[in-house]
Amino acid sequence: MRAIGIILAGGNNKRMRELSNKRAISAMPIAGSYRSIDFSISNMSNSHIQTVAVFTQFNSRSLNEHLSSSKWWDFGRKQGGLFVFTPTLTSENNNWYRGTADAIYQNLKFLKSSHEPYVVIASGDGVYKLDFNKVLEYHIEKKADITVVCKDMPADEDYSRFGVIRQDIDGRIIDFEEKPINANSNTVSCGIYIMRRRLLIELIERCANEDRHDFVNDVLIRYKNLKRIYGYKIKTYWNNIASVESYYKTNMEFLKPEIRNHFFKEYPDIYSKVDDLPPAKYNPGARVHNSLVASGSIINGVVENSILFKKTYIGNNCVIKNSIILNDVYIGDNTVIENSIVESRDTIKANSNYVGTQDNIKIVIEKNERYTL
Amino acid sequence: MNVIRKEMIAMLLAGGQGSRLGVLTSKVAKPAVAFGGKYRIIDFPLSNCINSGVDTVGVLTQYQPLRLNTHIGIGIPWDLDRNIGGVTVLPPYEKSTNSEWYTGTANAIYQNIEYMETYNPEYVLILSGDHIYKMDYEIMLECHKANNADVTIAVMPVPIEEASRFGIVITDDNGRITEFEEKPLVPRSNLASMGIYIFSWKVLKEALVKLSDQSECDFGKHVIPHVFEHGGRIFAYEYSGYWKDVGTLSSYWEANMELIDIIPVFNLYEEFWRIYTKSDIIPPQYISQNSKIERSIIGEGAEIYGEVFNSVISSGVTIGEGTTVRDSIIMKDTVIEAGCTMNKAIIAENVRIGANVRLGVGEYAQSKLDQKIYNSDLVVIGEFSTIPNDVDIGKNTAISGETFASDYPGGLLAGGEYIIKAGELQ
Repeated sequence: MRAIGIILAGGNNKRMRELSNKRAISAMPIAGSYRSIDFSISNMSNSHIQTVAVFTQFNSRSLNEHLSSSKWWDFGRKQGGLFVFTPTLTSENNNWYRGTADAIYQNLKFLKSSHEPYVVIASGDGVYKLDFNKVLEYHIEKKADITVVCKDMPADEDYSRFGVIRQDIDGRIIDFEEKPINANSNTVSCGIYIMRRRLLIELIERCANEDRHDFVNDVLIRYKNLKRIYGYKIKTYWNNIASVESYYKTNMEFLKPEIRNHFFKEYPDIYSKVDDLPPAKYNPGARVHNSLVASGSIINGVVENSILFKKTYIGNNCVIKNSIILNDVYIGDNTVIENSIVESRDTIKANSNYVGTQDNIKIVIEKNERYTL
Repeated sequence: MNVIRKEMIAMLLAGGQGSRLGVLTSKVAKPAVAFGGKYRIIDFPLSNCINSGVDTVGVLTQYQPLRLNTHIGIGIPWDLDRNIGGVTVLPPYEKSTNSEWYTGTANAIYQNIEYMETYNPEYVLILSGDHIYKMDYEIMLECHKANNADVTIAVMPVPIEEASRFGIVITDDNGRITEFEEKPLVPRSNLASMGIYIFSWKVLKEALVKLSDQSECDFGKHVIPHVFEHGGRIFAYEYSGYWKDVGTLSSYWEANMELIDIIPVFNLYEEFWRIYTKSDIIPPQYISQNSKIERSIIGEGAEIYGEVFNSVISSGVTIGEGTTVRDSIIMKDTVIEAGCTMNKAIIAENVRIGANVRLGVGEYAQSKLDQKIYNSDLVVIGEFSTIPNDVDIGKNTAISGETFASDYPGGLLAGGEYIIKAGELQ
């Protein structure tokens, strides 16, 4: 594909509560074996985009660790590659990324020195499968200046966390409201954009001259009457995980066969860093029902409607229900956990009890030392 | 001039068929046979190499190398993709005169003298690709150096009553080998050779060149005796950890089953000394509402709708609703439909088993195919086989290829019988 990719993975927000204390949202573990950013990177790799830059600044260590080698996503080539750009001090700049547009501006050299005619911009917190070639075809067919990938969401969705758009009959975006209190449409922007590289450079330079820093407000919304901005609707699964509720819900949706098949079995694959863990082990006393279990886990207790990420240990007589246990968690014997998310690398003492509700998912963080128990 | 110099390089013998694994190795070399839910046998020596700091490994292939070649690739999973050294697959090749296959273990190494010379090694480690173990070759090398040895042979104490099945060495107080006994009736020692050798390169090269006309030149039969007869210093390095030869169907089955003990002797869950493999299946496994799993290990991406007990299930396997699997090994991407019952089965990769099939029914009967290979209760099914719906298959049976209801008279393959399709007879 004649495009370069940019993944905006900088953000943090309060809706993730304690879960983003130690990691960027794009590094959130998803569906047992993945991290959020794997979806955007794999989509780019599978669309044959050869050069991808990830812009990150908040808790970027977690992301750097995950992206330490680009070979898992089939990058690491002489032509192109996967790059991680964090803010740097230069003679002209001593700011952090002050917004998405500013992040692009601070890395404008990367855009200018590329030769591909198009740019695909995606966020690192979407869970989806998308062939960007299809979006580009649509973009060209509509003679659009910018194409925004969008999705019709169900009525009970919390629209105040999205950009909400309205399109005319041709698909052109006529209204774009960022995080509205009252939404006037059920179509939301997925934070995925495609446009000519030269146009992006021009718009971003103009933004910078006017001291504007946000791509949605200062480019999409500001230029929506001036430029032909179109909406491409993604028909297959898409969700954004940037709140505890949506993070929980998105993970749990992988227990549905159609979602699992879409991501795990249908071509093309989503790739992730390989961790070289042994197969999951079920000891006497294990009773697992309707759950996803990742490699390296050892189970001695009851697990229902839950997702066990890599290297979890479930002790004897434990009961885990409707919960997400993140990577490398040790759960001591006789512990009950329901409707909760247990933070990664934690050690839960024996006989603990954590029960949340479906409307108020509990986040469990104990921070015990593993080997003093 | 920069001369490449590696202190120790490894030569891994992976060319053998492993015919005692029956239909499991009819299309793949034994080192490429799956093991333990996600690994292949060769992963163990390769991981041992990189964990021991040996970063130059020549893998000698000959029999059915396709699966082995694609598995090894350029060595990325083992960090053996190196600028200098790394893993190199060494098949037999044509020469201007005297082209031949690898006719014996030492002959195979002899034909690759040039490869070894590229690295100017001081020591060469000879490994075989059919053992399950974790071993630090660096400690063995230290032993070799401390003894100022020409050859060091890794040996393992075995129960004295079993010693007559092995090549036994007899050592003096310093660990120097004074005598060899091949499968002795009355063993005088319980130290069995593990088929792992460290040679000082000069000694190895000299012996290989001297023995170059020896037909079917073999380490155990020719090279070691040659060095021994010429007064070489041959020492035993005693190893007491887990080591398992998985050369027969029963030992292969047992070694797999040992992994499911609560705290297995051979523990894959330790942080230290990881075993690496090419993982091409990433998703987690899904366990359905009605399934039941106990005392089993299950690989990535498997979907379990039935019941699994005491079994090793590899990545990407599907087990249908109402199916019960006991004491079995099921390899990668195999699909087992609903309503089946299976006891003591070894099912290779990419097999399809229809609905309501029963494996391991009835009584044990002697194999009509080969009693040396098939001599237990195990049902063995080779890769890419298919089994139709509603058939019963007895104990000690072997199946390979696409089979149809007509292959099962009265819906039964009796104990000891076999179905080998498409000329895949061993």
